[in-house]
Amino acid sequence: MSFNVLWLQSGGCGGCSMSLLCADTADFPALLKDGGINLLWHPSLSLDNQQDLLGLLQDVLGGHTRIDALCIEGAVLRGPNRSGRFHLLAGTDLPMMRWITQLAAVATHVLAVGSCAAWGGISASGSNPTDACGLQYEDEQMGGLLGANFCAQGGLPVINVAGCPTHPGWVIDTLMLLAAGQFDAQDLDPLGRPRFYADQLVHHGCPRNEYYEYKASAAQPTDLGCLMENMGCKGTQAHADCNTRLWNGDGSCLRGGFACINCTAPGFQSPGHAFDRTPKLAGIPVGLPTDMPKAWFVALASLSKSATPKRVKVNSRSDHVVLPPASRSTRLR
Amino acid sequence: MTRRLVLGPFNRVEGDLEVQLDVADGLVKAARVNAPMFRGFELMLAGREPMDALTIVPRICGICSVSQSVAAARALADACGVVAPPNGELVTNLMLACENLADHLTHFYLFFMPDFTSPVYAGRRWYAQAQQRFAALAGSPTGGGLHSRMALAARARWFELVGTLGGKWPHTGTILPGGSARAIEATERVRLLARVREMRAFLEQTLFGTPLEEVAALHSLAALEAWRQRAAGSDLALFLDIADDTGLAALGPGPGRYLSYGAYAQADGTHAFARGVWSAAQQSVLPLDTDQITEDPRHAWYAEPYDVDVDAAADANTCASPNALHPSVGSTQPQADKAGAYTWNKAPRLAGQVLETGAIARQLVDGQPLIRAAVAARGGCVSTRVLARLLEVARIVPLMTQWLQALQPHAPFYAAHTLPDNAQGVGLTEAARGALGHWLRIENGRLSHYQIVAPTSWNFSPRDAAGTPGALEAALVGAPLDNTLVVSALGDATGNTSVAVQHIVRSFDPCMVCTVH
Repeated sequence: MSFNVLWLQSGGCGGCSMSLLCADTADFPALLKDGGINLLWHPSLSLDNQQDLLGLLQDVLGGHTRIDALCIEGAVLRGPNRSGRFHLLAGTDLPMMRWITQLAAVATHVLAVGSCAAWGGISASGSNPTDACGLQYEDEQMGGLLGANFCAQGGLPVINVAGCPTHPGWVIDTLMLLAAGQFDAQDLDPLGRPRFYADQLVHHGCPRNEYYEYKASAAQPTDLGCLMENMGCKGTQAHADCNTRLWNGDGSCLRGGFACINCTAPGFQSPGHAFDRTPKLAGIPVGLPTDMPKAWFVALASLSKSATPKRVKVNSRSDHVVLPPASRSTRLR
Repeated sequence: MTRRLVLGPFNRVEGDLEVQLDVADGLVKAARVNAPMFRGFELMLAGREPMDALTIVPRICGICSVSQSVAAARALADACGVVAPPNGELVTNLMLACENLADHLTHFYLFFMPDFTSPVYAGRRWYAQAQQRFAALAGSPTGGGLHSRMALAARARWFELVGTLGGKWPHTGTILPGGSARAIEATERVRLLARVREMRAFLEQTLFGTPLEEVAALHSLAALEAWRQRAAGSDLALFLDIADDTGLAALGPGPGRYLSYGAYAQADGTHAFARGVWSAAQQSVLPLDTDQITEDPRHAWYAEPYDVDVDAAADANTCASPNALHPSVGSTQPQADKAGAYTWNKAPRLAGQVLETGAIARQLVDGQPLIRAAVAARGGCVSTRVLARLLEVARIVPLMTQWLQALQPHAPFYAAHTLPDNAQGVGLTEAARGALGHWLRIENGRLSHYQIVAPTSWNFSPRDAAGTPGALEAALVGAPLDNTLVVSALGDATGNTSVAVQHIVRSFDPCMVCTVH
């Protein structure tokens, strides 16, 4: 029996769908099909036209068609004045938020695909002009559209496949695990994110790790050094496997030369400081590595700075390797 | 008797779209295009640190993300006067071109061609072949779609260019006012060149069936006919057969005025694809005066700062509403209950006129002879829009190879800049779908004003204060409806659409999420 997926978009950029289509596979439809997944409807991939979709939605709500996973991409737009008027599903005159509420009630699992659907995300930036929120969160606060106590028919709360965009592998792994019946409540972290990626840190596998160890920090874009001290990087606090499960071949934000902005976390869109600068108190970054007491960090940082090899120091302020590592035999004599 | 049909949601376009049609005698008599979602990015940007725009604006759009980044970076560069070093311009062009080409592939294989696998066309001689190559990849029980699958795999692999140059796609943060945050080594360049050759191989084997240069050099309709014979098995040749058989040249005429801001900045200040306005009537390129751009909110759900006596304006036969403002002074304040409004998209005009933008505009302005000849013979229509996109694909790949070879490893990719506390800037670029502009102002070190005019804002514009419909609205007039359509089981308020309407809408490759930024 195939695992039926219904994918709908609301207040977002569509980038999580575009990212999904970058999945690392030679044959995308076969990847899903062989994983037991049947895409009933996807806005970018279905032939069927509007009447077919509206008919499908009626079938689902009438109990004639089962949806195993409802994937919502984009934030819920509640405004103005909680009317949902900022997004009426085309052809229906009904607020998208009403459609989502009804469909979530009958779906076996509900996935928030991307940080907009999970927490509001970028769509809730600044003054949040559309009153955007996530399916079960509004920034860090539980609630959102469906409420803190929402549980889908399958027994799980909303599964927050957060990221901006989300990684195609995070979505596909989640769907394949669900389809295989191998995903349950203990596979979710405290924010409802799949632990297979949320139990990792962006710092893990970062190619700038040697610079981090010695606090040899970049001072400007293109510098090879660590981006934590000056350039706003939150990779030591951000939950995701971006540097071990790479993006678009060999990419990640750090590898692209720019800071991790912790885009898998609620509220990342309004960090309270410029994205590209590290906020500091008395010269010490405010956001320290997760699980690390401040005194230890300060002690280690001053020690490692004083022990920085010249090679690391010089290269950290260059856009290419100026001083190569010394070559020494590693054989035991 | 005139009936009103409401069509939507449209799939295989980016974002949510609704089209209202007034139909009579089996033809569309009038159309209104509704972008049914509001997102409010211009309001979100106010009060932010100026450089935050580079994190926020790519997220306007998941399919035009790099283009949004480039427009913002150029606007910030304009505000502070920094000039990116040659390497910075080259890698920016490479990322733009990568996204542009991928978007054209996505449009052709995933969004546009699947319509020809609709059961409506069963029985056409090309139907089985269309099924086999272009069947939709979800919700379709028929299988097939082999070339769409190959294109999707080639596209995913292709975006590994941005993986290397920009860390990820969509939503890179590598693009900066002073160039790029990521220097490229010689070893990376040879790998990127190999990736470009892979894409060339896919295009030459599947889409074109001949070397790219042969396609890029096509200069007349006669040359295209001769090329078709040589490349009979290719997807472009199949498209041309289908276009002839289904009469796509008769569908969706554009306004005859085409806008390009110029694509791919060159070191000498020009563009690889020139800037300007192509007038089909005058058969000439007119200079572009961006001071003449306005956005008219009359039929959009936005507040109008100035009171207008509508009758007096009509009596005086005034076209320009005082609320049709240049984007350096325009505003975007939602007013969901505004009478007479029907979309979240304002009406952009250049000197009061409706323009079309996109690959067809770029190639016309740049003087690509085949596209000029095709538009002269058939008009800007469904088939010429698609042809222009594919021709642009053939032109882009050799340019990308040149740019990669022009990179100078270990020369700078980035120039530092300091943003003034008070400044303004304009950033113009070409997204796959056409002219994209950002207008910003910085006051006391914060963004105080941000206006964005996106390509689909032009193409899917609503009526302006004078009642002149936008490009798609006009292009739909006269489109035939399917026989089964008007007698919908659900009555007049809704109904299935005609394939002609689907072809016309998708021929513009709309990006609704950009439109409703």
